[in-house]
Amino acid sequence: MLTDSSPAGSGPVNPNRNLAADAFTLRRRPPSEKLIDLGFRQLTLVLASFVAIVLLGIFLTVFQGAREAISSFGLSFLTTSSWDPVNEEYGAFIAIYGTLVTSILSLAIAIPLGVGTAIFITEDLIPSSLREAIGLMVELLAAIPSVVLGLWAIFVMEPAIRPALNLLHSLLGWTPFFNTVPQGPGMAPAILILVVMVLPIITAISRDALNQVPIELRQGAYGVGTTRWGAIFSVILPAAVSAITGGVMLALGRAMGETMAVTMIVGNALNFDLSLLAPGNTIAAMLANQFGEADGIQVSALMYAALILMLLTFAVNVVAQWLVRRLSLRY
Amino acid sequence: MTSSLYSSQSADSTKGDACMSLQNVTISYGKFEAVKNVFMDIPRGRVTAFIGPSGCGKSTVLRGLNRMNDLIPGCKLKGRVVFDGHDLYDPKVDPVEVRRRIGMVFQKPNPFPKTIYENIAFGARINGFKGDMDELVERSLRKAAVWDECKDKLRESGFALSGGQQQRLCIARAIATEPEVILMDEPCSALDPISTLKIEETMHELKRSYTIIIVTHNMQQAVRVADQTAFFNAEAVEGGTGKVGYLVEFNDTERIFNAPGQQATQDYVSGRFG
Ligand SMILES: Nc1ncnc2c1ncn2[C@@H]1O[C@H](COP(=O)(O)OP(=O)(O)OP(=O)(O)O)[C@@H](O)[C@H]1O
Ligand SMILES: [Mg+2]
Repeated sequence: MLTDSSPAGSGPVNPNRNLAADAFTLRRRPPSEKLIDLGFRQLTLVLASFVAIVLLGIFLTVFQGAREAISSFGLSFLTTSSWDPVNEEYGAFIAIYGTLVTSILSLAIAIPLGVGTAIFITEDLIPSSLREAIGLMVELLAAIPSVVLGLWAIFVMEPAIRPALNLLHSLLGWTPFFNTVPQGPGMAPAILILVVMVLPIITAISRDALNQVPIELRQGAYGVGTTRWGAIFSVILPAAVSAITGGVMLALGRAMGETMAVTMIVGNALNFDLSLLAPGNTIAAMLANQFGEADGIQVSALMYAALILMLLTFAVNVVAQWLVRRLSLRY
Repeated sequence: MTSSLYSSQSADSTKGDACMSLQNVTISYGKFEAVKNVFMDIPRGRVTAFIGPSGCGKSTVLRGLNRMNDLIPGCKLKGRVVFDGHDLYDPKVDPVEVRRRIGMVFQKPNPFPKTIYENIAFGARINGFKGDMDELVERSLRKAAVWDECKDKLRESGFALSGGQQQRLCIARAIATEPEVILMDEPCSALDPISTLKIEETMHELKRSYTIIIVTHNMQQAVRVADQTAFFNAEAVEGGTGKVGYLVEFNDTERIFNAPGQQATQDYVSGRFG
């Protein structure tokens, strides 16, 4: 208790003053407290490096596994589309194309939808009970296991949207992107099921980001005479954009890496077709399908594909962050 | 400096043409009445100050003058606020148009998440400004006494400024849209004396073409800038949940500070409050 009276230098000058100071026994921090502080700092460092170490470990393992394929196929792996275990010739172009097309197009649909829903449930356009109900439903959507979504996609969604896809084919069949007759699994239904899967992520994070925008900013926007829409699009969304981008990046990771539902509906094609209505493949689906039976250089080729998936995700992330930083100030 | 302030003002200034007229205005948040029964004619082309103890409803009344209270759920205004011959709270009146004509500077600095340049240009563009934008930006920043600090970083974020600089940026933003009335809620509370003086000079200049209403806790500032001063006070009422604000006295600044009609005003302006 009286540790502060022991140092000789700080002897009491005025007894009254000392009495008052004695009531605050922790003016001098005891060594144990400093030790706890230090320990806590080290602990957070360990926890923070854990993520980095796991990431690095995965990367190195995958890279190690892929080395054989990298040395025998080189960069032509990225541009050829033969996947031939008999002749041991591998190229991942179909899967890379499929991964990029399905994830980017699904985000292109899900971002406006998700951010729009978030705006709808944060601005007081509708009664608050209705807003909360919609928010809850979106979160429940995230809780559905992807295998259930995959089954739903095969048996319910795909037959239901077939007429629409047929219409698309008859209208835009002259472009290479719609020039095949839709029949069952394909890239288009895979894109739609990905939309369903990433929508809750984008909506929930955008909603939280919009709720974080301070009321003062909103008042400032109305104060210069903006309309409601002007305030939303010119001030409130830009204020929330970096957090929303974080959510979109999470969603992108999900879309690029999603395995189960996509494998079930994408068609797992072995022949390349530019058309969105034709069966396709993605890297994640390919890994899920083939890893079990693969051996020899096929395993290495799959590892190579996995490495590409990781690098793709990383690259898209970096580009998106950069874009947002460039654009957010201007608008 | 003070001597010149009163020279422009004739004895019957309050009877001049009213820019805004509050007629029995009562503003409540939910069931709680924050200010009650305010009657007031705010003259055109003058600076009017609102003074009074914290929580007496100065900001509430000020926000009521350009329908900014619409944004606060549960906030209701009874009575009439007449501006340009119309009741601002008439259902036919568009609050967006009201705010284009009656601008506002807020108690806390709130720059937009945009560049300094865009912070100014945004409001002007919304109000249909067709002139030379670069020139407008510079002029507004100069009037708000922040040009020197901003001129080399017009393309940087408005958040890259200090708190006081941000507040002056917000003043520039309000000036740039050239509203007929500018409402300022403690615009100088985060500013150093030198910038404060510059802002006050700007107010003197602005009142030639605009009407300014300013909330301030700084008595000297009220004396320096305001032609009229309104003193608000708050008192507990029986059965009420909190103190209810009301207008005690509204008169020429000189009268309020030198010969107030009410004892409460006398006590407040001479620092014997409570
Ligand atoms: N958004 C709000 N919701 C509910 N009550 C509010 C709100 N804003 C203000 N009030 C209440 O209204 C009363 C007046 O507040 P107001 O902000 O107008 O005071 P003020 O005179 O501006 O005070 P200050 O000088 O401290 O800024 C206070 O009792 C306050 O608690
Ligand atoms: Mg206030």
